[in-house]
Amino acid sequence: MRIHEYQAKEMLSRTGIPVPRGMVVSTPEEARDAFEQLGASMAVLKAQVHTGGRGKAGGIKTAYSEEEAFQAASEILGRRLVTPQTGPDGLTVRKVLVEEAFAVEKEYYLGITIDRGSGMPVFIASASGGMDIEEVAAGSPEKIIREPIEPVFGLQPYQARKMAYALGVDRGKVNELVDIMLKLHVAFLVSDLDMVEINPLVLVEADDFIALDAKVVVDDNGLFRHDDIRKLADPAEMDPLEYRAKREGLSYIKMKGTIGCMVNGAGLAMATMDMVKGIGAEPANFLDVGGGADEGRIKSAVEILLSDPQVEGVLVNIFGGILRCDVLAEGLVAAAKELGMKTPMVVRLEGTNKDEGTRILTESGLSFAVAHSMREAGEMAVHMIRSDA
Amino acid sequence: MSILVNKETRVIVQGVTGHEGGFHAKQMMEYGTKVVAGVTPGKGGRDHLGLPVFDTVEQAVADSGADTSVIFVPAPYAADAILEAADAGVKLVVCITEGIPVHDMIIVKRALEGTGCALIGPNCPGAISPGECKIGIMPGYIHKKGGVGVISRSGTLTYEAVFQLTQAGLGQSTCIGIGGDPVTGLSFVDCLKLFAVDGETEAVLIIGEIGGTAEEQAAEYVKAGFGKPVFAYVAGLTAPPGRRMGHAGAIISGTSGTATSKIEALESAGITVIKDPSGIGAAVAEKL
Repeated sequence: MRIHEYQAKEMLSRTGIPVPRGMVVSTPEEARDAFEQLGASMAVLKAQVHTGGRGKAGGIKTAYSEEEAFQAASEILGRRLVTPQTGPDGLTVRKVLVEEAFAVEKEYYLGITIDRGSGMPVFIASASGGMDIEEVAAGSPEKIIREPIEPVFGLQPYQARKMAYALGVDRGKVNELVDIMLKLHVAFLVSDLDMVEINPLVLVEADDFIALDAKVVVDDNGLFRHDDIRKLADPAEMDPLEYRAKREGLSYIKMKGTIGCMVNGAGLAMATMDMVKGIGAEPANFLDVGGGADEGRIKSAVEILLSDPQVEGVLVNIFGGILRCDVLAEGLVAAAKELGMKTPMVVRLEGTNKDEGTRILTESGLSFAVAHSMREAGEMAVHMIRSDA
Repeated sequence: MSILVNKETRVIVQGVTGHEGGFHAKQMMEYGTKVVAGVTPGKGGRDHLGLPVFDTVEQAVADSGADTSVIFVPAPYAADAILEAADAGVKLVVCITEGIPVHDMIIVKRALEGTGCALIGPNCPGAISPGECKIGIMPGYIHKKGGVGVISRSGTLTYEAVFQLTQAGLGQSTCIGIGGDPVTGLSFVDCLKLFAVDGETEAVLIIGEIGGTAEEQAAEYVKAGFGKPVFAYVAGLTAPPGRRMGHAGAIISGTSGTATSKIEALESAGITVIKDPSGIGAAVAEKL
């Protein structure tokens, strides 16, 4: 789960990491008041949307007066920010963080992520802060310091010292940086984070470290023990269909194509999309109905697929295991009866109770096209949308 | 022969009195798996599905002589269940549970090191040696005894691949679902090492997907000399970056973990990469 920058900063601030003073606003008037309350000579206004690359997209502006803050906020709020991470539609800015700004001496990168190769967390630090860390890693890997974190003992002070010296900070500032690194590790642990980064951590003119930007990804699987973090989920940042699917217990990701895909199992769902593309069409979505799907959930899945105006044909690919083919078929028939069969639908059933499922489909009197293999289903679906056009 | 599970394997079911645990314990027994006991804390002393139920894994192992445990415990308690099984001395734990926090799995993985207990999963369909032993939730009937070893990060996609193999007349030695989470127990490489020395296994099929580096590590291992034909399919060519494709571990982070880079790594190791997921069985049959 992604959270906003201001929420990530609050999370880090609670462990004692220094962050800039700031306020979240949703109107230009509030931005003007925020500037006044901050009492700083310069403020930065930052769009609060779940994406990086906000600066280049025009989502970050500085202001030297209340009027400039008002002006900057009116330019950012309501704007659709398009970044390489958002896709072509972009994200609409609803909130702006107004923060005191600093004269920056030096920028660092600090982050913790999970190294999947070793199954251990790894601390990543760099003196090339303020840049995309992946670009730094690709272009000049020698500028990246990696320190594995032993899972049982956690990050040790000597490891943080080692990194601080390697970053080349002044001797007098080493302990301060070590303290921030250890606190970052605490934040990573206590909130079940997949990833946390401060980029940049800056050394300001007054010789203090401050986390100027922060990004946090929370492990969805850990949310059950964090009621406070669960509340931070922002539906406005999600595609409306994806949000609805999530509430229904479906795993759905909207894509750009025309063939709606309904599959059980994430791997088979990806493979089905890949096959559609291989045949020469584009998948409209990823949709895993899951093993425990019942008639109701199948029905919602059909509704969600058909709510996508780009969908011209639907491909249902089911390998029944825990999910029985007859249950799936009942759900499809119920959904089709209620919603009408305006969109052609190809169904491929294999596995548990396949024959019963096929019988339910053919005896329904509805125009389901029944395929006998994954390949056949894909070809029929692609053919259908072609002859349709 | 086969690897990890066979007709001698004695299995206990943790979470046997739950809906899922009970259903699949029954299915496993019907397949012929030697299920010898169940564990549910607080329900010790009962009989369930003809199995003695114990409060602790330690008691169940002492009574039944089990060497393997399969876990159907809800995610918040599953990491604890794995550690309990390892502590009780079983040699293999198969964890089916989906949704275990990754921080829990990091600790579990570290704790199992050096204990002699191997973990399959979590978030996996389990392992099956056709005709001998089925531990997990896969439909038994699609499998057939034979010489292809299968290792996969997926569930239903594995069923699809196995079904295609069986239809093409190719049986399987052992099929292992290593799980779709970012941190799992046995890796592709761990399973490849076992298949390398298994007399019955003539070839191996790897079913990978986007995210992480497990496929790249497998490629590196095979490149150094494996001695048996290896086939692979990688799901997620159409997956957008930065999105979790159902499995917690199926995510392209920045530019790493893409299907394309995995396919390149596998091909450079001399592995036959199958591009069409509906043609897996045919492609393997053609080469064997």
